[in-house]
Amino acid sequence: MKRSFSPVAVGVAPVLLALLVTSLIIIIAGAQPLEVFLAIINGSFGTAIKISDTFVVWVSLAICSAGLLVTFRAGQWNIGVEGQIVLGAIGAVWATRLFEGGAPALVISTMLLLGMIAGALWGVLVGLLKIYGGVNEIFGGLGLNFVATSMTIYLISGPWKPEGTSSVSASKLLPNEIWLPTLEGLRVSPVSIVLALIVIVLVFLALRGTIWGLELKAVGQNDRSAFVLGVPTQRILLSAYTVCGICAGLVGAILVAGVRHQLVVNISAGYGFFSILIVLLSGFTAVWSPLIAFFFAALGIGGTALRLGLDLDSSLSGVLQGVLVVSFELVQGIRQKWFGGDN
Amino acid sequence: MKVTLSHIHKRFGAVHANNDISINVEGGTIFGLLGENGAGKSTLMKVLSGFFAADSGEIKLNDQVVSLSSPADALEKGIGMLHQDPLDVPPMRLLENFMMGVRGFLQPRRTAESSFRELCQAFDFDLDPHAFVHDLSVGERQQLEIVRLLWLGVETLILDEPTTGISAPQKEKLFATLHQLAADGKSIIFVSHKLEDVEVLCSEVAVLRQGVLVGQQNAPIDPAGLVKMMFVQEVNLEERLNVDLGSTFLQVQDATMSDLRLKMEGVTLDVKAGEVIGLAGLEGSGQQLLMQACAGLHRIDKGAIVVGGQTLSGRPYQEWLNAGVAFMPADRMAEGLVPGLSIAEHHVLTRYRRDQEQDKKTIDWPLFRKHSQEKITEFNIKGFVDSTVESLSGGNQQRALLSLLPKKLRLLIMEHPTRGLDIESVLYIWGKLLKRRQDGTAIIFSSADLDEVFQYSDRIVVCFGGQITAVLNTSETSVEQLGYLIAGKQPPADLREENV
Repeated sequence: MKRSFSPVAVGVAPVLLALLVTSLIIIIAGAQPLEVFLAIINGSFGTAIKISDTFVVWVSLAICSAGLLVTFRAGQWNIGVEGQIVLGAIGAVWATRLFEGGAPALVISTMLLLGMIAGALWGVLVGLLKIYGGVNEIFGGLGLNFVATSMTIYLISGPWKPEGTSSVSASKLLPNEIWLPTLEGLRVSPVSIVLALIVIVLVFLALRGTIWGLELKAVGQNDRSAFVLGVPTQRILLSAYTVCGICAGLVGAILVAGVRHQLVVNISAGYGFFSILIVLLSGFTAVWSPLIAFFFAALGIGGTALRLGLDLDSSLSGVLQGVLVVSFELVQGIRQKWFGGDN
Repeated sequence: MKVTLSHIHKRFGAVHANNDISINVEGGTIFGLLGENGAGKSTLMKVLSGFFAADSGEIKLNDQVVSLSSPADALEKGIGMLHQDPLDVPPMRLLENFMMGVRGFLQPRRTAESSFRELCQAFDFDLDPHAFVHDLSVGERQQLEIVRLLWLGVETLILDEPTTGISAPQKEKLFATLHQLAADGKSIIFVSHKLEDVEVLCSEVAVLRQGVLVGQQNAPIDPAGLVKMMFVQEVNLEERLNVDLGSTFLQVQDATMSDLRLKMEGVTLDVKAGEVIGLAGLEGSGQQLLMQACAGLHRIDKGAIVVGGQTLSGRPYQEWLNAGVAFMPADRMAEGLVPGLSIAEHHVLTRYRRDQEQDKKTIDWPLFRKHSQEKITEFNIKGFVDSTVESLSGGNQQRALLSLLPKKLRLLIMEHPTRGLDIESVLYIWGKLLKRRQDGTAIIFSSADLDEVFQYSDRIVVCFGGQITAVLNTSETSVEQLGYLIAGKQPPADLREENV
């Protein structure tokens, strides 16, 4: 059986399938599908503020998926990415406490730096557990995610509890000077967009043009062969976790410095898990994942408009995201199982 | 149950794995199926147990023509296969494992447990239904599998190399069980390459070689006749290149090595620069373990391995590579090449790591595609720089592996370097290898093809049951003599005198 779909069909079919399924759900929920889709588009692109909000989310998703491309290339399911974001945020807040009252530029750079280091350490821990402890990275990562969340709760309710309040949901709000500078009247920081673009380009180049990128791929495809051919497979694995941890840590730091300006319990907001879906949807490519990340960001922001405009739950856009991923995997799976297509 | 296979053909690409094979197994008998690895035994048995369909031919059970669409289907028709031990077992209790394959909705725990105990008692197996499967020895797992298949109503039992990896008492018990089953009217097919097992157990033996049924014997079995059928072929010894051997390069000193199935003790071997050592032996006799240890891929338990004057045993694999050791595995796609990567990507990987360009970090793709194209031309690989390695044929994969070998090579270790390859590739590959030899590279290889062993080795090392049982000079050895040694027997006196 040599029949196979054209690439266009492979790309379009899942989207149509996802729209169909979501439409059904919307109808069941008692609304007009077209109205809902328009509301989502309007809610994410309708005004300059909304577009900028979409970009705020995009920065997190894009950087995080760039990092995940690296671990996926090495054949690793880095579920722990969510916790690595949290550690990045903790590192960033810690930096503000270390350098309280310092020059804003210095404090902000230290926040980003410490965030990346903390994220990297949390990532490497998953790799070490896997290599030396035989702990599957999925379980190791999942476990560390819970530890990271608990650490946040402990810090917020204990040592980093804001003075004079009984609040246990957030640490002290950071002073204005050490917020990442934003455009007038908008929430998005150009600095974060530039950082995201740098990370995307670096990861793209590293995967495509460096020996390291090729070694990652070899380890991911068949680590035994790669080892026999002389690739230091353990070091390569650890480096992949380090890089992904750095990216996730950077996301955490940006969330603190540019978005939330304090440590909150659910600071990672599921961005890590969404990024895993994004990378899956992109077919593990550095070109497509930032674009799909943008689409996901728009859905997320647009979804919040649903409740305001149509009195529907904002989780509908989450349904669309989830159904889209499942449809994509389904079309891929059917193609491979029944039509003998490769990839 | 009487099982009749007639004119079975099965091809895998260019390989004719089963070529017009017909056998007949009567109920109440133990039928031996003998042959070297790759002779087509497993293929034939997988056809009979429903794993895949024959290209042509007929299967009859009690003179009724049947078609077997899947293992479950075959099981329903009374054919059960005991596979060579599955090593990855989930943490499952014996009783749960016992119930695998039962049709229906609810687990019949009560009846299962009482049947389990009855069957174990009938065969004198000491198995606890509430123990865990992964705590069992290979022999006990076999016992479990036998009672499971019997409970499912199997009338014909196929055993694939069942005596590998089990202890002597367990083997005795297994044989007693098989005799008992045959006495109950079941038909048993015993697949093996072990002469001594077939000799004591089977009432009829068929020998396969390269996909063809080459002979059959009824009990009493004449082992010398079987050895001839299994191994002896026309041997045309070409003029052999005489190479001046250098000093000793590899020394294995009283080494002990073990894996899950096998323990080799007191292994001692010296290999000189430029020397070619052929490892002969039945599959699973220790050649693989020995080669992996000499390549630095398997850590030895005791003793030492000295490479070029340096003790490398216990050192990281990278140091072995630096010392000029290279390994070419039998399973090319699992241990040699990386599926999904192109030929050029393989060249980049090995070139940067092994040759002098380790300081470079980025890849100059145009330059490397040119290098890769040169290698493809030099090694006559039928493929392109961007071809993924899995798209190549077996012979071309092997050529690709050869093209990855480093320039400075002192010791090359190869498992079955030409298995499954066409004759043109075989000659080409050995041509390349012998050139390496003239540069002082020592070669250790294993092969199930005795012609190949005789043709290319200076010395032949025979492994049997985890021991090196003989080290022979090729020029002073006959194929027949080797056949006996491989089967774990001493050659008859007249044969020995003839050749000494």
